[in-house]
Amino acid sequence: MQDEIPTDVLRAENIAKSFGKVTALRDINLRLQRGEVLGLLGDNGAGKSTLIKILTGFHRPTSGQLVFEGKPTTLHSVSHARSLGIEAVFQDLALVNEVNVYRNMFLRREPVHGGFLGILDDRTMRARAIELLDRMGVKIPSVDEPVARLSGGQRQAIAVARSVYQKAKVLLLDEPTAAMGVKESGLILDVIQRLKREGEVAIIIIAHNYAQIFDVCDRVNLVENGAITFDRPTGETSIQELMDLVVSRYRNARATL
Amino acid sequence: MSEQDDGRRSATIDGDAHRSASEPRTWQRIVFVVLRWQEISILAAGIALAAYFQYVNGAFLSQANLQNLIQYSGTTAIIAGGEVLVLVCGEVDLSVGMVYALTPFVMYFAAAAGTPYPLALIAGLGAAAIVGLINGLITTLLRVPSFVTTLGMLFAINGFTLTISGGFPVEAQAGQWFTRLFGGSAWSELSWAIAITLVLQFVLKKTRWGLHTVATGGNLVGAAEVGIPVRRIKIGNFILCSILGGLAGIIDAFRIGSVDPLAGGSQIMFQAMAGAVIGGTLLTGGVGTVVGALIGSLVLGILTDGFTLLGVSAYTFDMILGAAILVTMAVNVRLTQMRGGNV
Repeated sequence: MQDEIPTDVLRAENIAKSFGKVTALRDINLRLQRGEVLGLLGDNGAGKSTLIKILTGFHRPTSGQLVFEGKPTTLHSVSHARSLGIEAVFQDLALVNEVNVYRNMFLRREPVHGGFLGILDDRTMRARAIELLDRMGVKIPSVDEPVARLSGGQRQAIAVARSVYQKAKVLLLDEPTAAMGVKESGLILDVIQRLKREGEVAIIIIAHNYAQIFDVCDRVNLVENGAITFDRPTGETSIQELMDLVVSRYRNARATL
Repeated sequence: MSEQDDGRRSATIDGDAHRSASEPRTWQRIVFVVLRWQEISILAAGIALAAYFQYVNGAFLSQANLQNLIQYSGTTAIIAGGEVLVLVCGEVDLSVGMVYALTPFVMYFAAAAGTPYPLALIAGLGAAAIVGLINGLITTLLRVPSFVTTLGMLFAINGFTLTISGGFPVEAQAGQWFTRLFGGSAWSELSWAIAITLVLQFVLKKTRWGLHTVATGGNLVGAAEVGIPVRRIKIGNFILCSILGGLAGIIDAFRIGSVDPLAGGSQIMFQAMAGAVIGGTLLTGGVGTVVGALIGSLVLGILTDGFTLLGVSAYTFDMILGAAILVTMAVNVRLTQMRGGNV
């Protein structure tokens, strides 16, 4: 076991979180290896969103410990988590519709010249954006288009590319295929596949619909009642098994009402 | 999202991926440029109006009339430019017309107290900046909507100006070159308006400040999420707008030769706002052009001047102006949809 520890980029140990009398998380134990894609599944209200907010530094856990790259770590804020390399892409994507693709990708980290004048170096941004999107296999009509013109999948891919460019070590994707058709989600799943092959970044995909993301995940965790109740590599389970599991739990829950 | 919608979007992804590197056809590019460059449509409207007025009344394009027209619109355009930046970052400044009246008085009193005129002018602009700072702080820190903040400020500044002036106009007497530079000479207004427009347009479209202004107005939550200091951006633009309002007031004071506590006010503020909006700036934030605001202000000037030459009554004129603004905006919304923005 000793040699396995450094390969864990992020671990959550006995994380619990209560808001007043309400217990959102009871006992979360989660590990994420370098370059791994973990699917975090669970019903609404199971504690998924609270867990994401703890992993991104938005909430502090009531008890338990986060271990980042082998060191016990307390995340003070979202920007602190980001400075360590934990990036999240939420559903609002934080893109500016009116602004073109390459300026969006460098928003807040724009290369400039002219010192305090802050004149944008559009040429550099454009070239690097094209290079990065190409490497990630993101196909868009043109990086000069305002992002308002792009489809949901393309916008998601650009938000992911932006996080990857920030040298993210851990990338959290919140429902990346929500409200998307098959072709659109295919676009984003391809990007995830390619990132997985490069192995630089570990990814946690939070999803409600596990059928769509099952194929890209190395491992799936099921969150239920504030704890992780199921943890298995995707090779040793199936969509059918997950579905049966959820359905039987659902039946039991109904029966005890 | 419907299934059909999805299919259409995917089709364009695939189709355009191949074409992206090659050049689109010439006529497509022309249509694209015209649609993209929103200033063109309002410029065309301005030229058409000018041609019409010249046709109906030969005096329209005379030098005396053009000078009159430009002096009338120049300072409005300066205010409109500042208002564009505030509108683009998602706020509005209703108090700028009152700052226009206040600033020359502060300059006058500073000069009367023995301050040399250049320093007195800076004192006036400093007062304008403080008004902008207060507008920004109340709006961002106390979370009062800027419509309300600057509406309150409108009344407060107006009362203050009337109090310090006692309600009477005064005469600003600076050195000759100074007076000529700030509004005295014939082309001073136009020169200032063009210079300020070009600088502001550059700031808005090519600098980090401008990009962050657009981001703040376009997606406030997202901009804050990526770490843009949205409050600082808003406060800075309020200050800038106020200073420009003050400068416009000083220029007009030197042009007219007297400082009037009742000058400007809501009238010039609404005209500047109309100029900005007609030029293509949205009240919802994120979209705006300073060049458009200059052209928009000139078009308003052309309308006013042309109708005056035709002897149209001021009452009729306001009805025409109101209708013109409504029609322009309806067309603008359509054009924006055609450009593909989701307004």
